[in-house]
Order: sequence, then structure tokens, then C-alpha cells
Amino acid sequence: MNQKPLALKVLDIVSLILLLAAAYLAIVVAPTEKVMGDVQRVFYFHVGTAWVALIGFVFTAVLSVIYLITKNLKWDRIQVAAVEVSVVFFLITIILGSIWARPAWNTWWTWDPRLTTAAIAELIYIAYFMLRQGIDDPDKRARFGAVYALIGGLSAPITFFAIRLFRTIHPVVIAGANAEAEGNFSMSGDMLSAFFFALFAFTVIFIDLFWNRIRLGEFQNEVEEMKLKASY
Amino acid sequence: MFFQEITPDTSGYMIAGYATTFIILAVYVASLFLRQRNLKQDMDMLAELEKPAEKPAKPVTKRAKKK
Repeated sequence: MNQKPLALKVLDIVSLILLLAAAYLAIVVAPTEKVMGDVQRVFYFHVGTAWVALIGFVFTAVLSVIYLITKNLKWDRIQVAAVEVSVVFFLITIILGSIWARPAWNTWWTWDPRLTTAAIAELIYIAYFMLRQGIDDPDKRARFGAVYALIGGLSAPITFFAIRLFRTIHPVVIAGANAEAEGNFSMSGDMLSAFFFALFAFTVIFIDLFWNRIRLGEFQNEVEEMKLKASY
Repeated sequence: MFFQEITPDTSGYMIAGYATTFIILAVYVASLFLRQRNLKQDMDMLAELEKPAEKPAKPVTKRAKKK
């Protein structure tokens, strides 16, 4: 495996700084929401992680198309990296939403359209890894994975639009208002700064982890090739 | 909770949320590191196996013994 590029080392450090800065802005700088109190502050990380995870899922579908056209296993390795990092971020989104829901809705979980579609999306991508585990042939594994991720990619827009299309209690804070929502709020100047900074920070963190995961995939591939060579 | 006039103390939930985020990210970064370390070990072992066996020592001839 090649040595870690300097750009990636710098990105690792920048990502850590951005994460801490985003937490500082959300916890210290942003004002306390009057009705919900401090728990509203998880909103910045909740939306930040959801943003990158859903984009990651859509990107995965695009990578599926590229793989199916080129049949180059490099794109399969990139896809695995994208799915894995997106699953991690979406897990954070779901847990943060559940923590917020406890004081706001008086329950950890409810089968609301948004929560249900989000849970299904997460499960679809966890099952993606289970599917791949069951196939030994690399080409077949990549092909099945690509088709599965292409269809699974539909779950991202469905999850995003669930609060805009269906009757739901989930707040629509950005670009929309929902009369049924419980826990809705409007953002002031400092809240908006913390919000957009969190979006930016999580985008950079996602790119950093994604790059690291692609390198790990390449390394795995090298070792697999060496094992095959050794077995002959 | 939306009918009360004073802001409720929900800081415990906030701390739980941020702690969860940092823990999940730390566990994921650790998993990347550990997987990379295991692969490095595998690679070293395979490289060791690929090395050609060392040449056997030359047998001592009679001439060499006389010397």
C-alpha cells in the first residue's frame, strides 16, 4: 500500500478541526431554542449527517451505473466505500433524531413516514453488505451489488421527500412548513450560521472518511491478489 | 412540552446526542485503522512466504578440508 498522501493527512486534521468547530458553534454560539431547550442543538448534526448520507446513497446509485457500463472493479470498490461511510452517517442521523424525539414527541420512536422511510433506507444498505458477503465470485458480487444499490438508491429521494409528500409530524425546517409537525421552529442568524457550518463540516468529514475507505479497499484488493498468487 | 412557559432542561438529551455522534465516528475511524493494520500484517506474512528459500550451504569438499 502506498504511503498516505499529504493531502489526505491534511484533510484528516482539517476534518477533526471542523468537527470540533461545528460542535462549538452548535453548543455554545447558537442560541437556546425557547420551547425545546438544549435538545434542539442536536438538529445541526442531525441534518448535517443526513445531508451527506442521503447524497452518499444517491452517489452510490450513480457508481452502480458506472460499474455496470465499464465493468471495472475499481468502481465497485469505490461504491462499497460510499455505502459504508453513508451507512455510518445515516445511523448517526437516526439515533440523533430518536434522542430529539424523546422530549419533543414524548417517545423514542414512532412509525411516522419520515422515520419509517429512513429506517428502511438504513436497513437496505446494511443488507447490501450481507448480500455481498454471500457471493464469492468478485465479478458476480460487484454486478449484484451494483444492481441492488441502483434500486436501493431510490430510498434516498423517498426518504427526503417523505415529509413533503405525506402527512407527518416530522418538522420541515428547511424550505417548507408543515402544519401537522410537532417541534417545528424557525432559525435566527446564529442558528443559520451553525446550521450551514455543520453542513459544510460534515461534507468535508464525509469526503475524508470516503477517501480513507477507498484506500482501504484498494489495499484489501492488493492483499487478495497476493493471496491468490501465493495459493498457485 | 409545548404548552409550558419556561424553557425545559433538556441538556441531558443534547449531551447524549453529541456523545453518541463522537463515539460512533471514533469507533468507525478505529475500525478503519484496525482493518488497515490487519491487512498490513497479512501483506507482510505473504511477502515473507514469497521470498525464495535461502541457498543451502555448500558441502565441504576434501580439498577444502586439507587446506
